[in-house]
Amino acid sequence: MKDTEGYVTADGRQIGGTLMEMRNITLRFGGVVAIQDISFDIHEGEVRAIIGPNGAGKSSMLNVISGFYTPSEGEVWYQGAKRPPMKPYEVARQGVARTFQNIALFEGMTVLDNVMTGRLTHMNAGVVSQALWWGKARNEEMENREKVERVIDFLEIQNIRKTPVGRLPYGLKKRVELARALAAEPSLLLLDEPMAGMNVEEKEDMSRFILDVNDEFGTTICLIEHDMGVVMDLSDRVVVMDYGKKIGDGTPDEVRNNQDVIDAYLGVPH
Amino acid sequence: MAHMTKGAEGLRSVPALLARNVSQYGRSPAYREKEYGIWQSWSWAETSKEIEALALGLLNLGVNEGDFIAIIGRNRPYLYWSMVAAQSVGAIPVPLYQDAVAEEMEYVLDHCGARFAIVSDQEQVDKVIEVQDRLHQFEHMIYLDARGLRKYDHTRLHEFSNVQKQGRTARDEFSKELKARTAKLDYDSTCVMLYTSGTTGKPKGVVLSNRNIIETAKASSEFDHLKVDDEVLAYLPMAWVGDFIFSIGQAYWSGFCVNCPESPETMMTDLREIAPSYYFAPPRVFETQLTQIMIRMEDAGAFKKKTFDYFMAHARKVGPAILDGHDVGLLDRLKYRVGEIMVYGPLKNALGFSKVRVGYTAGEAIGPEIFDFYRSLGINLKQLYGQTEASVFITQQPDGEVRSDTVGVPSPGVEIRISDSGEVYYRSPGVFVEYYKNADSTADTKDAEGWVATGDAGFIEESTGHLRIIDRAKDVGAMANGAMFAPKYVENKLKFYPNILEAVVFGSGRDRCCAFINIDLAAVGNWAERNNIAYASYQELAGHKQVLDTIQAHIEEVNASIAQDEMLSGCQVHRFLVLHKELDADDGELTRTRKVRRKIIGEKFEDLVNALYDGSDTVYTETEVTYEDGRKGKIKATLEIRDAKVVPVTPQKLAAE
Repeated sequence: MKDTEGYVTADGRQIGGTLMEMRNITLRFGGVVAIQDISFDIHEGEVRAIIGPNGAGKSSMLNVISGFYTPSEGEVWYQGAKRPPMKPYEVARQGVARTFQNIALFEGMTVLDNVMTGRLTHMNAGVVSQALWWGKARNEEMENREKVERVIDFLEIQNIRKTPVGRLPYGLKKRVELARALAAEPSLLLLDEPMAGMNVEEKEDMSRFILDVNDEFGTTICLIEHDMGVVMDLSDRVVVMDYGKKIGDGTPDEVRNNQDVIDAYLGVPH
Repeated sequence: MAHMTKGAEGLRSVPALLARNVSQYGRSPAYREKEYGIWQSWSWAETSKEIEALALGLLNLGVNEGDFIAIIGRNRPYLYWSMVAAQSVGAIPVPLYQDAVAEEMEYVLDHCGARFAIVSDQEQVDKVIEVQDRLHQFEHMIYLDARGLRKYDHTRLHEFSNVQKQGRTARDEFSKELKARTAKLDYDSTCVMLYTSGTTGKPKGVVLSNRNIIETAKASSEFDHLKVDDEVLAYLPMAWVGDFIFSIGQAYWSGFCVNCPESPETMMTDLREIAPSYYFAPPRVFETQLTQIMIRMEDAGAFKKKTFDYFMAHARKVGPAILDGHDVGLLDRLKYRVGEIMVYGPLKNALGFSKVRVGYTAGEAIGPEIFDFYRSLGINLKQLYGQTEASVFITQQPDGEVRSDTVGVPSPGVEIRISDSGEVYYRSPGVFVEYYKNADSTADTKDAEGWVATGDAGFIEESTGHLRIIDRAKDVGAMANGAMFAPKYVENKLKFYPNILEAVVFGSGRDRCCAFINIDLAAVGNWAERNNIAYASYQELAGHKQVLDTIQAHIEEVNASIAQDEMLSGCQVHRFLVLHKELDADDGELTRTRKVRRKIIGEKFEDLVNALYDGSDTVYTETEVTYEDGRKGKIKATLEIRDAKVVPVTPQKLAAE
């Protein structure tokens, strides 16, 4: 099962070795089994999608990866080492950033300030220094601001740099969330339904940005998405879940032709 | 002939001006661009190094003398450097409109036989790749922004910074060649080739020599006392002659700094931050700004609105007179001062006009009310009249002689004459060399003595010597009863209303005038919002009863005003309709500089024109539209046609004929 060799995608990109591996993950809430004995891996540099009907356990899976939930059974392997149970902020420090299904930005703060919060894990000046805006804090902020500005430029949100997030339309808020996650310079970027509630044009823009992020920074991306068209176009490999179980895993084409997947999506008489 | 090729003070080319600027103003800023939230700047010395590296890189790629290099993208220092680098190696820069669709680019690239293109980003790269197989001469493309281009085949594609790097590496090999080529440039070598926007037919390549550009830049810089510490914001299309004169010609002559915005969306913020001292904008920009101010004042609180209205009324009364240095009473001056603190100053600051010393508008006639609005605030906004073929300047308004209905006196070095038919002709050092590969058109436009037909009808006011333009000569016609028909005159009056974005008036050879109206979505949309009127699309809003009522009221006001004018009283609009789509350059209805293509619109919407004249109340129509990605679609609509009240007048014959 462990494959550290990597592979070459259909469009000729070289994908690296295993970055993260989920081994026999089971997650229970009391008597409810949200995830049941699921194993899959994420390779460095690939776009990996998790799909499935409502309630399949996709978001729970993402929360396991991001450290929000600790699995009841099974192991998470990250960068070649078994990950002990961790708090989400510790996982974030390891280079895992995420966006949320329901936008979780600071509405009253400007876009710039929101994106700056993505750099929090990279700042370690003391309280006094920060309060006085002097010495280390000042240099640190300048360095971080530059990184943030590159992200702002990349996602083309210069014109709303100083706009409070609360005043932005939904599609742009999603982009700001992506900006904040990117500002953390993650090695693994988790996107929880990045296209939910968007119109076609916004979806196209977002798809473009996701591909560009992957292409430009080589960021590994794991995303959950409902829109099958988007998933099939964007991802290199897809995990399909249904009722907490893995029912398919492979390239978009393999998954599309998988009978279990078709049944799960179209429904079969039981 | 030695003195002929010497040029103004021995400066015969743009690269020569660059060398002078390095030695005289080496450390002052030449370019600024906002990137990563900070204004990055390059001094003249640094600029020269960047240009040299690129020029060497171009030699390394095999650019020959006389090659055409297409330059496509928004205003960025790198692209301005590209133009000068191209000139340095003896090639000819051809800036293209960046919003042109692939087929339009194909025509131009094919017509000039460009071997190279320097473009801004993936969008432009894609367009050129789409057509490059059909372009036999085309070889290499250089791009600025690498984003999204990593997977592209790089055999004929090069990154800008790499070309510069290779140039620096190959310096020993090529620097002699570069010096030789730059030294060879004289006053008559081609400086730039610019394609006309083409109100009629295919674009034509206007060849402008170093003499044209440098003489014009020199004369116009002196006219307005431009200095090394002036600041401009470069935001108008690089393919437009005005931008070339301001951002290359005058900038290199005077040594002032060219500032490039961060992105088109941040233009207004960037304008405010830079606060240019020398500013140029087509009337449309001023109109849009005024519309936005008015919309926002509508939304302002009662106190603010009252203050604004009160002081603006005062500004309209005395502002222009104060600006022109006329006698104004002490009390009025005091009140104006208070207004400056309360309203004008903050407003100018918000618009980015706090430091404007000289502002120009040209390209189209500007509504007198719009013009007076800006002047009343104390902004020295003037008009100029120009053409690509003249290297811009034909006439311009001197300080203190500014009026909204004239375009000023002949620019230094320009002679003007009016032909018997009323068309304006000019002759100047800025007159273009030729239309590239189009000797017929060149001969049609420019006669043996160097007089050029402008295509505009106008006359010179005897009392002041100012030129007044009536309309495009070919658009000025006669109505069925012989009365003079000048559509632009009426359209401009209509377009002053914030609700009306564009108007097209028909009536040549007919018994009465009728009009197409385009509503301004920003203004009308805001009005709809305030009045709780729901709408789902532009089309729906454009067809709304109350919108039609408003437009009808505007037209009737305009009719009343036109009726005052003896010569043009026959041009009152009898019937009108509001178009279901915005006129768009992508559909060929406007030029890239957003001028109405009257004939094409008349043909395309023939059914609507007929309906205007046959008395029907409604008309059903289907229109093909082109989306931004080049796909085509259809819009179907039933439009209501309305009658507007006209003021009865007795038709008069044209006095001159």
